[in-house]
Amino acid sequence: MKSIKTWILVVLASSLLVACGQGGGGAGSKKSKTLDNTKKAGFVKCGVSQGLPGFSNADASGNWTGIDVDVCRAVAAAVLGDADKVKYTPLSAKERFTALTSGEVDVLSRNTTWTLSRDADIGLTFVGVNFYDGQGFMVRKNSGINSVNDFKDGISACTNTGTTTELNMRDFFNSKNIKYEPIAFEKADEVVQAYDAGRCDTYTTDKSGLAAQRTKLSAPDDHKVLPETISKEPLGPVVRQGDSVWEDIVRWSLNVMIEAEEYGVNSSNASSLKDSENPAIKRLVGAEGELGAAFGLDNEWSLRIIEQVGNYGEIYKKHIADTNILPNRGPNQLWTKGGILYVPPAR
Amino acid sequence: MNFKNFKFDVSNKNKDLIPQVLTVLFIVLVIIYFTINAQNNMGNRGISFGFGFLSQESSFDIAFSLIDYDGSYSYARAFLVGLLNTILVSVIGIFFATILGVTVGISRLSQNYLISKAAEWYVEIFRNIPLILQIFFWYFAALRALPLTIDSINFYDISFLNVKGWYVPRFIWTNFSLFFNSIIAAVILIFFLSKYARKQRDEFGKQIPIFYMSLGILFGLPLLTFLIGGVSLSFQIPELTQLSKTIYVYQGGVTIIPELISLALALSMYTATFIAENVRAGILGVNKGQKEAAASIGLTKGQILKLVVMPQALRIIIPPTTNQYLNLTKNSSLAAAIAYPDIVLVFAGTALMQTGRAIEIISITMLTYLSLSLSISVFMNWYNKKMAIKEK
Repeated sequence: MKSIKTWILVVLASSLLVACGQGGGGAGSKKSKTLDNTKKAGFVKCGVSQGLPGFSNADASGNWTGIDVDVCRAVAAAVLGDADKVKYTPLSAKERFTALTSGEVDVLSRNTTWTLSRDADIGLTFVGVNFYDGQGFMVRKNSGINSVNDFKDGISACTNTGTTTELNMRDFFNSKNIKYEPIAFEKADEVVQAYDAGRCDTYTTDKSGLAAQRTKLSAPDDHKVLPETISKEPLGPVVRQGDSVWEDIVRWSLNVMIEAEEYGVNSSNASSLKDSENPAIKRLVGAEGELGAAFGLDNEWSLRIIEQVGNYGEIYKKHIADTNILPNRGPNQLWTKGGILYVPPAR
Repeated sequence: MNFKNFKFDVSNKNKDLIPQVLTVLFIVLVIIYFTINAQNNMGNRGISFGFGFLSQESSFDIAFSLIDYDGSYSYARAFLVGLLNTILVSVIGIFFATILGVTVGISRLSQNYLISKAAEWYVEIFRNIPLILQIFFWYFAALRALPLTIDSINFYDISFLNVKGWYVPRFIWTNFSLFFNSIIAAVILIFFLSKYARKQRDEFGKQIPIFYMSLGILFGLPLLTFLIGGVSLSFQIPELTQLSKTIYVYQGGVTIIPELISLALALSMYTATFIAENVRAGILGVNKGQKEAAASIGLTKGQILKLVVMPQALRIIIPPTTNQYLNLTKNSSLAAAIAYPDIVLVFAGTALMQTGRAIEIISITMLTYLSLSLSISVFMNWYNKKMAIKEK
């Protein structure tokens, strides 16, 4: 079924390419075609996952939540003044880049790993990192496996296709000289079911994903995530290459959320901090400088983001910590508090 | 009058020709426009176009492959692995769908109420449920029903069935080529023998027990290679290995993965319903008088079916059954849903993702399915022609 969807996407992609004609892209110009189109449409076109709790997940009534969703909400708050003006398109791992390059979505915020080849080769630009992740393994508690060093020849591993996971898995097992059986499904739900049925001995994906998917198993407490992390998975939002203004808008929408946490600005105190002593805080809430003008927005764009969406700490707490996916922030803590979240200053 | 006719013919030809040429020209122009435009836009967006990636290292592994493959091979090789897996499941599916379809089709016409009703229910149930659901059903039902490795279903200590797959012994041959050639020789021999037998029957009315003789040659000749040709065969029986406290796996034999089993099962069960209806239509399409005439000249029931009914029924059965074979082959692309590494999962899935070359990969995949389908069509058309009425 999914494959058919991809084909449709490709057909759509080619027809869109035709429809856009030579005008697409607008490389190098000061004006942003994506920004104009977004303002005209009245919503941000956002590509998300098909359901990953904590990152992008729809509830029963179709409301999307998660830290990936909040990046799109931040862009909508900055550009359109209302964080709810987002149109979400759930995409499989396979479809996501085609959907972005063809213009079906303008921001891809879908737990996507930033790699050289993706950044350089296929017409995409990664604008930042909103979650530092790493690939891990989940096994049954009674399996007697306590570390990746306990894996032996013949182990079978379930995972998703079309992700960096498949490549990391190979790198890992090759480096350990272990023969393994890779079973790769298109959708995460099928991976969970197959692993649950005992088709494979271990389930490997990003650790945040493992934590989230574990909740879907029939007996979550019978499974555990091994301590080792076998790869770097910096996840972040992606935009099309060639529209640098739009790229900047998305990048700085993410950055101000992290910087807001750094300066203690949150959704409830933001507007009252307009007459703060600290010029950095005043810039964040739009009381000083002309930061928005640089990409054609008004001066309160960042204030709206913080008020309507929140700072990074609030978002993390709401979607990842309070939902018990990863209560410990680990590397996703501010650099001032021992983590690696460090963004360039908004000035 | 003649002249007038001639003139009329020419203008008529032109009338036919001009719109045809214009249509072809229009289609070609549209294709050129699409291609150039796509290229321009891809260029504007910094996407390069080309097939150079095919020779790059794929760096992903595939669980099930008929040829040597691992991540150090190229994308082209990964494509081949996927293609062979697609062909494998299609061939298995077509084989079982045909057997099951013919059986069910004939059963529906049975005088026995229970048999014909059972066949009817089977057809009505399985052709009216979407295939993707049936695939999921067989896959997850199989996974849930099969035991864990340690409690495998044991077939005489040589073959084992469990949730991770069906483990069968691996054949280890010596002098395999001699054995293989003997089979080919046997087939050629049988071909000439049956030709000779037909001639004997047509010219002298002599009946030669061709079936038993062929059987004898088919088994006897390869057997000889064992006895005097130095061919030998040994089996490597899968052995249970413990990987950790509760993880076991069979190693050493050949593994038939559950994805292949359930996909082949779902495809053949589904397609068999349509073939069964074709068979039923074909048999019903043969005039009743033919059977009665055949019976009146003393043919047995089996001979009537084989010599009178089937040759005529096949003419009705083959064309729609070709469609079903094509459908089955194309439907095998649903494999991706249950992790069977066919061309869609491996090439239009993982490879597409890793390289991001959507347009190139999807076009290759489409062309591949097109070629597969056309090959089946060509073969079935040949067979259909062979079976068609030869007017003398």
